[in-house]
Amino acid sequence: MTTTTEHNDYQLPVLQGTAKEFYAYCKAHDLRFQRCAKCKTFRHPPRPLCNQCYSFETEWAPVKGTGKVYCWTVAMAPIGKAWVSYMPYAAVVVELDEGPRVATWVTGIPPDQLKVGMPVKVWYDELTPEVTLAKFKPV
Amino acid sequence: MADPKALRDKTCVVGIGETAYTRGTTKSPLQLSMEATMMAINDAGIKPSQIDGVVLPNGHNGGATAGDYAANLGIKDLIYTASFPEMGGAQMVSAMEGAVLALASGICDYVLVPHCSYFYTGARARDMTANPSNALQAAEYIRDYYRPFGVGAPPQHYAWMAQRHMHLYGTTQEQLGAVAVAMRKHAQLHPNAIMRGKPMTMADYMASRWITWPYKLLDCSLETDGAGAFVMTTAERAKDLKQKPVYVSGIASGHPYPPHDIPNRPDILEIGLDHSAPRAYAMAGVKPADIDFAEIYDCFTGQAILQIESAGFCKKGEGGPFCENGNIELGGKLPVNTHGGLLSQAHNTSMNHVIEAVAQLRLGCGERQVKDAELGVVTGWGGHGHGSIAILRR
Ligand SMILES: [Zn+2]
Repeated sequence: MTTTTEHNDYQLPVLQGTAKEFYAYCKAHDLRFQRCAKCKTFRHPPRPLCNQCYSFETEWAPVKGTGKVYCWTVAMAPIGKAWVSYMPYAAVVVELDEGPRVATWVTGIPPDQLKVGMPVKVWYDELTPEVTLAKFKPV
Repeated sequence: MADPKALRDKTCVVGIGETAYTRGTTKSPLQLSMEATMMAINDAGIKPSQIDGVVLPNGHNGGATAGDYAANLGIKDLIYTASFPEMGGAQMVSAMEGAVLALASGICDYVLVPHCSYFYTGARARDMTANPSNALQAAEYIRDYYRPFGVGAPPQHYAWMAQRHMHLYGTTQEQLGAVAVAMRKHAQLHPNAIMRGKPMTMADYMASRWITWPYKLLDCSLETDGAGAFVMTTAERAKDLKQKPVYVSGIASGHPYPPHDIPNRPDILEIGLDHSAPRAYAMAGVKPADIDFAEIYDCFTGQAILQIESAGFCKKGEGGPFCENGNIELGGKLPVNTHGGLLSQAHNTSMNHVIEAVAQLRLGCGERQVKDAELGVVTGWGGHGHGSIAILRR
């Protein structure tokens, strides 16, 4: 497990509402996504209402933590000082096997070797005592 | 019975005005907007106080309100105001759509649409990107689920789409570059283009620094200051005015689904314009093949390619090759951004696209005139893929 220490407030999620719950699971190394408790449709990012059955009832459903690279970009100009030391980094959209897609990093591989459809699995980057990020690496 | 086709050619643009585009200004956004506004009103040949509708595309226009326009123009009975901030860069064409509805329904007689972009002297893109409380960043899903992974700037979201397009269709870096090179060529022919006198080759493009792969610096639009404005009225009223009217034949706005989150769309290459373009063509009663030129919202080269496809000028996936071999240059199959666009004229949030389209349809563009142009398209792109389109006719 890698622990990243370089960060600032611009990099951190605001731990309130559904984000507080999402990141609490990440902290426990337990990747979960919001799912409709009635019709079991995943949705991400979280929102109040299921657009399939219109139920407000939700649950945090665990996922296997495996998925595939969907698309990416390689940041080579900083969007803030927190990221300067990471550049160039690939900001990747990963599609979980259960369906939701997340913005994340795929580490352990140079950005120019990424491939669409490449299988990846989750690892947990304990960024701060409160915030753990779900990142991915090639299987 | 209501039918959008009833709006075809019922309203028109009768006045345009545009300040100089600069990188840096001592003038306020309100000052610049008022200068462009007076040019547009004088161009239309009406009295300022005849304006009774003001549409502010982004709702604030650098701090100015519709009330500021009423106060400055002596509008004692301002009847209609509206704004379209959620459309982002698609706001200009959506603002035109708002004006069309207000005029065609008889709510008001003359609508002013003014806009000032203050992208050099005001908050620069890099400042907006670094500041998480900026409107671009403030959405909770961006703040909580993208930013922690270093994703917070429009070119990054849009680069995801460009990468996917390259993967699915084999679109190349040189095809992105062909868009940038064509825009720069056109800017050489416009006296009010930031990049006039600064020609650019494909080699220059390929040598420019990376911003966020596959986007280079020269894939990204400019940061400039400047204002523009247009005045609209009904076709009936336009008969007595100074300028030959430019009619709105078709107009529509559309959204991708879900509109806000790019990654979780079933198809991230399905954009708002896929929904709005067919509606606009149906309203106008014309086909993409009938169009003489297109002013496409070229915030980034890849987004221009997506819109060229979604506006129906080629099939999905064929936008890359379509932009090569001078096809989108003056004299080509479909001249695109005859003014140089956001990439090489100025970034005025496509107000400059609307003004150029009207100027082309007045046949007053000199050496960059599209010969005998009768029908032109203007598109808008904003937020995470909202898409608006106007089909204009002379
Ligand atoms: Zn449901």
